[in-house]
Amino acid sequence: MAATVKYDEVEVGQEIPAADYPVRRINLVMYAGASGDFNQIHWNERFAKTVGLPDVIAHGMFTMAQAGRFVTDWAGDPGAVVDYGVRFSSMVVVPDDDEGTVITVSGVVEEKLEDKRVVIALTAKCADSRVLSKARAVVQLS
Amino acid sequence: MALNRDFIGRASAPSAPYEVSRVKIREFATAIGDNNPIYRDREAAQAAGHPDVIAPPTFPIVFSLGGGALLADPELGLNFAMVVHGEQRFEYRRPIHAGDELVTVSTVTDIRSVGRNEFITVKSDVTTVDGELVCTTYNTIVERGGAG
Repeated sequence: MAATVKYDEVEVGQEIPAADYPVRRINLVMYAGASGDFNQIHWNERFAKTVGLPDVIAHGMFTMAQAGRFVTDWAGDPGAVVDYGVRFSSMVVVPDDDEGTVITVSGVVEEKLEDKRVVIALTAKCADSRVLSKARAVVQLS
Repeated sequence: MALNRDFIGRASAPSAPYEVSRVKIREFATAIGDNNPIYRDREAAQAAGHPDVIAPPTFPIVFSLGGGALLADPELGLNFAMVVHGEQRFEYRRPIHAGDELVTVSTVTDIRSVGRNEFITVKSDVTTVDGELVCTTYNTIVERGGAG
């Protein structure tokens, strides 16, 4: 494992600049196929509405993967992520149009641990709602 | 309908081994929009110190989706139409790489009511066929209105 970020060059409180991750229906269809999660709430608007949802919503795991990508892009080597957990606090509603929606992820170095590990606290927002809470990744730096 | 509390502590039989392939990792990486070469190019992965391409941190959801058989048991009483994901965590001993053959054992660790919703947490230990622990996942799903 070879993270490109060096432990000694990272400070608690250091911010990782926000990044935008667009989401359209096609991304949910691809995610359904790749993950094997074919729950209809992620692709069938008619069904989503019958179970009380406003529209099709993204898989929570799709959102988690976007915030994961934010961390692995920062770390350089995805294998440096040794622990990653989130709570899904709000839905990512994905309309059936060419725009879709956008998940914005930002992060801050929350804590420096032993063995050159750091805790990254993540914030993921969509349409002004926090879609993840208690989102933390532990990254092995070099 | 309230979930059957008798399921707390219940464990699944070990899964059939899941063979991690480069093709599946690439498909998953594409689906999450991630072009990182360490997921796609063996040489890039080896340059980073891995034996082969590795899988994104959330990849185990592909083969450990909520402890499958446990949650699908009609005796549990889970209505999948009302299910949303509550929490998810992946704890790694090492990255998963192409060529791994992985066995998953899932255990229901908790079932609880919060307001009108039912929460069920499943812990899954992912080991190689030789018994090496690679990753532990924690999955909490919410049945909306289940406790109402």
